[in-house]
Amino acid sequence: MLRIRLCEEAFVEPILAGEVHCPCHLYSGEEAVAVGVCAALTDRDYVFGNHRSHGHYLAKGGSMQEMVAEVFCRETGCSRGRGGSMHLIAPDVGMLGSAPIVAGTISLALGAALSSTIRRDGRVAVTFFGDGATGEGVLYECMSFAALKKLPIIFVCENNYYATHMPIRECRVEREIHEIARPFGIESRQIDGNDVLAVYDAGLHAVEKCRSGNGPVFIECLTYRYRGHVGPDDNVQGSHTDIRPREEIDLWREKDPIKRFEGYLSDQRIMTQEDLKMARAEVTREVTDAHDFARRSPLPRAEELEKYVFA
Amino acid sequence: MSSHRKLSYSLAINEALHQMMAEDPSVFLIGQGVKSPWYVGDTAQGLLERFGTDRVIDTPVSENAMTGAAVGAALTGMRPVVVHPRVDFMFYAFDPIINEAANWYYMNGGKLPAPVVFWGIINRGGEQAAQHSQSLHGMFAQVPGLKVVMPATPYDAKGLMIAAIREPNPVVFIDDRWLYKLEEPVPEEIYEVEIGKGNVLRPGTDVTVVASSFMVQESLKASEMLVKEGINIEVIDLRTVKPLDENLILASVQKTGRLVVVDGGWRTCGLSAEVSALVSERAFGALKVPVVRITLPDCPAPASATLEKAYYRTSVDIIRAVKGII
Ligand SMILES: Cc1ncc(C[n+]2csc(CCOP(=O)(O)OP(=O)(O)O)c2C)c(N)n1
Ligand SMILES: [Mg+2]
Repeated sequence: MLRIRLCEEAFVEPILAGEVHCPCHLYSGEEAVAVGVCAALTDRDYVFGNHRSHGHYLAKGGSMQEMVAEVFCRETGCSRGRGGSMHLIAPDVGMLGSAPIVAGTISLALGAALSSTIRRDGRVAVTFFGDGATGEGVLYECMSFAALKKLPIIFVCENNYYATHMPIRECRVEREIHEIARPFGIESRQIDGNDVLAVYDAGLHAVEKCRSGNGPVFIECLTYRYRGHVGPDDNVQGSHTDIRPREEIDLWREKDPIKRFEGYLSDQRIMTQEDLKMARAEVTREVTDAHDFARRSPLPRAEELEKYVFA
Repeated sequence: MSSHRKLSYSLAINEALHQMMAEDPSVFLIGQGVKSPWYVGDTAQGLLERFGTDRVIDTPVSENAMTGAAVGAALTGMRPVVVHPRVDFMFYAFDPIINEAANWYYMNGGKLPAPVVFWGIINRGGEQAAQHSQSLHGMFAQVPGLKVVMPATPYDAKGLMIAAIREPNPVVFIDDRWLYKLEEPVPEEIYEVEIGKGNVLRPGTDVTVVASSFMVQESLKASEMLVKEGINIEVIDLRTVKPLDENLILASVQKTGRLVVVDGGWRTCGLSAEVSALVSERAFGALKVPVVRITLPDCPAPASATLEKAYYRTSVDIIRAVKGII
């Protein structure tokens, strides 16, 4: 979680300085969801992300250097500078890609789950999507088919209460998103998405169900983003999509997933304050290295614009 | 007086919407982000305050259903404008646009028209990559039953939006964020720019340059540079992509004998191919040299700014093409 947080926050300055241009939907505040779910997976399991996928990619085991380089649109980035922040991929560890068309990758995860049942290889597919994606019909089509075929897919809805400038109350009457899976006969629950251990438990349970042929599972994680919809603060940056009240943001700051887990670790005497400090220093170094790597890396060459075009 | 009032491209669209909604109570605006400048710039400003949430509807992320709803409302006699803040999001809405709206009138023997405007905004650049950069006018233009307009100027943006709303059949109205700040005199009164009529923006004798939307502005820039070297290109702004103003194109090529087609879309089976085919079928004898096309390469939009620079075409490419054939 700390790796994700510090990596995300390190983008703030380069974005505001105009050094990073591509749209970045920062994951700060939501780390426990990606980490809790991905900790329950192995490298052989599949993940598909959306526009806000820095956390999914890192939690699944993607290289931080390659991610930062991708955000800087360098040739050394995980998508070789062709995709930017919204297209993160690390097939070796099961991160099969992320893409910003809302709900666009849910059916791809469905297909990954389908191949797992055809090959009987026990792999599980996870689709991460936001509360906003519950507006798209394809989600319901996927749930129906997944239930019909008992596919090993985990639907992880990151409910952060907003879809760009729209609070959830303006998007749907029923606010209990986890309820949408029930009519399809899909086991579904709502959990505290800022409690990494609760997410991990739910993840383990869901993975176990899927592996034993009793999928799919739906998990709604209640969480909150600290930053704007896109960029550090989209009001400061001029697009004014952040209409959230100050007090609400402050309230969620108190439920910070990292602070909570650090509290747990020291209460349980698993890590001392000193250990935590050292961990933070180590991650800070890793983030700095990743930024150095990105800045040192070459830009894609104009002559290679069409290098990956096959038709 | 009024003809000297200047307006930006985006506010020209805004004025058209205000005037049409005031004039005709069956006109309404539905789509994502109609109350958010992040999505639609200032094109929708003041509409919600003036016409209320019944007629200015910001929607959940449900392109297929919202677009279908607009089509259905049109079948009951309303005149909906459904906005897609990026044309890329319209793929979810291809079914109601193409299978339903475009075909409805014909496949039901002309019984019920669908007077709906599908408004899609091209929003590209800024390292947004493949899913947030596309231009789909060529695909829409291929479909029988859709008229497709693409204003290049503030004057046309207003006049074509009004004409699209008044048109009894489905119209795809495509504008471009890169044009939003462009200003020129725009009449305050209601007026239409006729759908299907192009415009000669610069008369010339040496080469015909056919363009649409943002690429018209690049062609005008090229024209200014070329004039200094004594080269006079005739810049044709198509304004409507479907139906094409064929006679305007043919008459110009008859005069110049040389054609450069400039399109902000992809190359294969696109607008540029259509214009080239038209001229080779109907004005082959007039051509002194082969037609030259300037289009996006057949390649998804890249993220990296260095690749974007190689990807998008500009006046420099047009100048080079023109000089290559005279
Ligand atoms: C098909 C489609 N429609 C609209 C958009 C514009 N858009 C980008 S993010 C977003 C909302 C996302 O909200 P949510 O799914 O809750 O994710 P969050 O940003 O809150 O993490 C929208 C509507 C899009 N990218 N794709
Ligand atoms: Mg959300």
